[in-house]
Order: sequence, then C-alpha cells, then structure tokens
Amino acid sequence: MGAFLQYTVIGLTVGSFYALVALGYTIVYGIIRLINFAQGDLSMVGAFLGWTLLVSFGFQRLPLYLALIIAFVVPMLGTAAVNIVILQFAYKPLLRKSLLAILITALGMSLLLQNTAELIWGPSIQAYPPNLLPSTGFFMGPVHVTYVQLALVFVSLLLMGGMVLFVQGTTVGTAMRALAVDHDAARLMGINVDGIIRLAFVLGAMLAAASGVMLGLYYVQIQFTMGFLLGLRAFTAAVLGGIGNIPGAMAGGMLIGLLESYTTGYLSGSWKDVIVFGVLITVLIVKPTGLFGERVAERM
Amino acid sequence: MALLEIHDLHVYYGNIEALKGISLEADPGQIAAILGGNGAGKTTTLRTISGLLRPRSGSITYGGKSLIGMEAHLIVAMGLSHVPEGRRIFGILTVEENLNLGGYLIRSDRKLVSERKASAYALFPRLAERRTQLAGTLSGGEQQMLAIGRALMSGPKVLMLDEPSLGLSPILARSVLKTVRQIANQGTAVLLVEQNARQALAIADRAYVIEVGRVVLEGEAATLAGDERVQKAYLGGFEAVGTG
Repeated sequence: MGAFLQYTVIGLTVGSFYALVALGYTIVYGIIRLINFAQGDLSMVGAFLGWTLLVSFGFQRLPLYLALIIAFVVPMLGTAAVNIVILQFAYKPLLRKSLLAILITALGMSLLLQNTAELIWGPSIQAYPPNLLPSTGFFMGPVHVTYVQLALVFVSLLLMGGMVLFVQGTTVGTAMRALAVDHDAARLMGINVDGIIRLAFVLGAMLAAASGVMLGLYYVQIQFTMGFLLGLRAFTAAVLGGIGNIPGAMAGGMLIGLLESYTTGYLSGSWKDVIVFGVLITVLIVKPTGLFGERVAERM
Repeated sequence: MALLEIHDLHVYYGNIEALKGISLEADPGQIAAILGGNGAGKTTTLRTISGLLRPRSGSITYGGKSLIGMEAHLIVAMGLSHVPEGRRIFGILTVEENLNLGGYLIRSDRKLVSERKASAYALFPRLAERRTQLAGTLSGGEQQMLAIGRALMSGPKVLMLDEPSLGLSPILARSVLKTVRQIANQGTAVLLVEQNARQALAIADRAYVIEVGRVVLEGEAATLAGDERVQKAYLGGFEAVGTG
C-alpha cells in the first residue's frame, strides 16, 4: 500500500507536466483542428531557455524566488514568441488549405525545433542546478512527499485553473470556445479570428514552456530530444481525455502520469511507453472521442 | 447619398460568376428587401457586404467610406451587423454567452453590454427565460430571435438579415418580421433577404428582385407587390389575383 501511494505521488507530479502540454494540444486543436506535433518540443525550448537563464546567465545565484520567477516567466514569453513565428510562417499560409499539409508541417516544425536546439545548446545532456531547490520533504503516513513535488503540482494546478477561468469566464475565452464551432459566425460577431488563433498559440506555448522548466527542475537533466516523447505522451493524454476538451486534457495528463508511474514501479521503466501507447491505441479503437469527449459539438 | 451603397458588384466562386453587377442601397429607418429564388445571389450579396467574400470588382460604400477589402470583424466594428443564413448561433454556448459574443467589440464597457442585453431580452422575452440554456437546445424560432438579438448587441447602423423566417411557422415568421420592422423604425437600416416575398414586401420600404446574379426589378415595396411579374414569379398565382 505504501509503495502504491508513493507511485501515486510521483505519477501525479509527472502527470501535471503532461497535463500542461496536453492542454496546449487541446486548445490549438479546438480552434484550428491541428494536432500541433511541435507542442512537446516547445516544452524542450522552454526548458533550455530556463537553463540558459539559471546556469549560463547565473540567475541561480539570485534569491530563490526571484530566480524562479525569471526562470518561468521569461521562457514562457520566449517560447510564445517562437510559437507565433511558427504560426505566421509555417501554419498560416496553409490554414485554409489542407489539414494534411499542415499536419506534416507540424511534424517538420518538431524536427526543426529539435535540430535548432541541438545547434544552439549542443547535443549533450545539460543539467539544471541540482541544489537550487531543497530536496527535503515530509512523510504523510508511509508516503514521502518532497516540497518540490508539492510546489510543482501546485504551480501546474494554478496554471490550469487560470486557463479554465479564462476560457470559461471571459468574453475572449468565450470567443475561443465559439471558434471551435464556427469561424465565419465568429467573424460576424466582430471577433478577430486570426488574433484568437494567435492567442491560442501563445497560451499553448506558455503552458508547454512552464512544463519544460518544471521537468528541468524535477529531473535535473535536459536534452534537445526530450520534447519528442513528452509530446507523444501528452498527445496521448489529450486523446485519452477527448481532444479539444480542456478538463479532459488535464485529467488525461494525470492518468497518463499515474499509468507511467505504476508501470515503472510494478513492472519496469522500459515498459512504460508500451503501456502508454497501448492505451492510446485502445482509446482510439474503443472510444475515439476520449473519456470526456461527448459529441464533436461539445468540445472545449 | 444613401448610408450603404452597393454599386456594380461582381463576385465569383472560382470561375463561376455569382453576382453580375448588383447595385443597391439601404437607408436609416428603412427596410430594403432582396427577393429572388434559390441561387439568385441573395446570400452572396450579404456575405460580400459583410466581408466574408471578396468581390472581384464594384464598390461598397458605407457612410462614404469603402468597405472593399476590409476584414469581416472590422466591418462589424464600422456598424454593419449580419444575421447569417441558418442563424449560425453557437449551440455549445448558453443564450447569455451568445449575446456576450454579439457584444464582443464593446466587451470592455460592461455597462453598455448589460444595457444592450437588457434591450435584447426586452425585445425577445423568451430569450430572457432561457438565458442559461445552451443555445443548441432552443427551438428554431428562439434560435432566430437569439441570432437577431446577438446581431443587435454591437449596436449596428445597418442590419442584414438572411432568411429570418426560414423554417418558422407562419405565425412565428410574421412575428419575427414585425420585430424587424420595429428595429428599422428605431433608425436602423435593414437589408432583408427573404424567400417569403409576400411578407417581406408587406414590411419593406424598397425591394430588389434578383435573378441569376442581377437586379431585374427594383422599386417601392408597395409598387412591386402590385407588379404583375412579381406576383407571378414570387407571390404565387391565385391569391394575388384574388386580392386584386
């Protein structure tokens, strides 16, 4: 039982990273029906930007709270800028043409980001400052929870909660949901559709970048290839929850994190991707709309 | 000079010429009806005015300013509002959220948004009863009311309506058109596309009859209602003859 709970804690921590990336997939998909395969690589870009600030620029020597604010906010903005450039130059010209062409382009963008990161930051593994965050924690019964785990999950939930409040509670968020249904009708409301698409790319990139920095802080090691599997797992999470569905992406991320953690704990770490992608295939066969996806019209 | 002037508008779908030189006008407080059969170009005309389609040539001027090439959302901001064919309400959003989106451009002025919502609810009390209901669950008539209410949220000077009576019972259709007359009487210029020529002519001031992309007849609504050709083609035989 103790082990089970311990795996649960780890699973929820990792799951919250996946959930952030999955949210990005889902927001973009909801609006332009694009699976943005570069989503995981945006997370990698965020991780490296954070690393550059903390290690190369030496911001790790600042007071901890200040270092963390910089290490989150600047990569989130920087990655958003990268995603806007990708949108304008790669996706926008194809937006009203072929969905397949834009999907292939997304795969291309994923590779482009990886190779550019390799050029800039090198092919070898880089390390986040290992002693930046305290490694202490506390026991909840038999379960050891570190303060870092608690903080990372808390920040993830905060970001996701902010996202939900924005989408559900503001007129601009309502416009995002309306775009999931009818672009032309949205234009007739005076909604700048291109502007909302840009906003979705900004938000998706910011969530991905935040998860990247968290991954760096949690696992310490980062590499230019880290976004690939992360992206696929988050995509699985989004599909599991019902792509286009915001609460679904969050729940899907947590479920994938838990599944991975239990597999690693009870079976072996090398089996986790077999299980995760097995789930993806099963969901696609049995319930393609995902756990939370109802009809297409209920998305977001 | 009219508030909205369309002159010699040519619109193509690929190589097919859908509008072959349409000219029409709309003035404040007046209803201009656009009549014609399926595929005549009525919807295309409205979609071109509201910026969803680009004309190949011709002019659209609103208050002396050209609307050609302007993006649809900016045209709404200029004061033109379009209730599209098939209503196109956002079914996954509530009635209230649909109205909020109609007021998207004035969203920072919360007071104005709630004032306009209040007048939409006053115009269509049925919507007020259903404000938290998903718009997709409304009846056809209620959806039409919502589509019109939503279009009024931006405070338009020109209101374009595409087949507002389509799919409604005769009683409901009459009541919707009566509301359209009320809206015009408050000073809005209305462009009304209708298949139901009799009811449209009854409330309109002017009318244009479009056939295969051209205006073939135009004039005072009352005159056109008495025109033999209009009676034959759009008002159906015996009743028009019977009532003289």
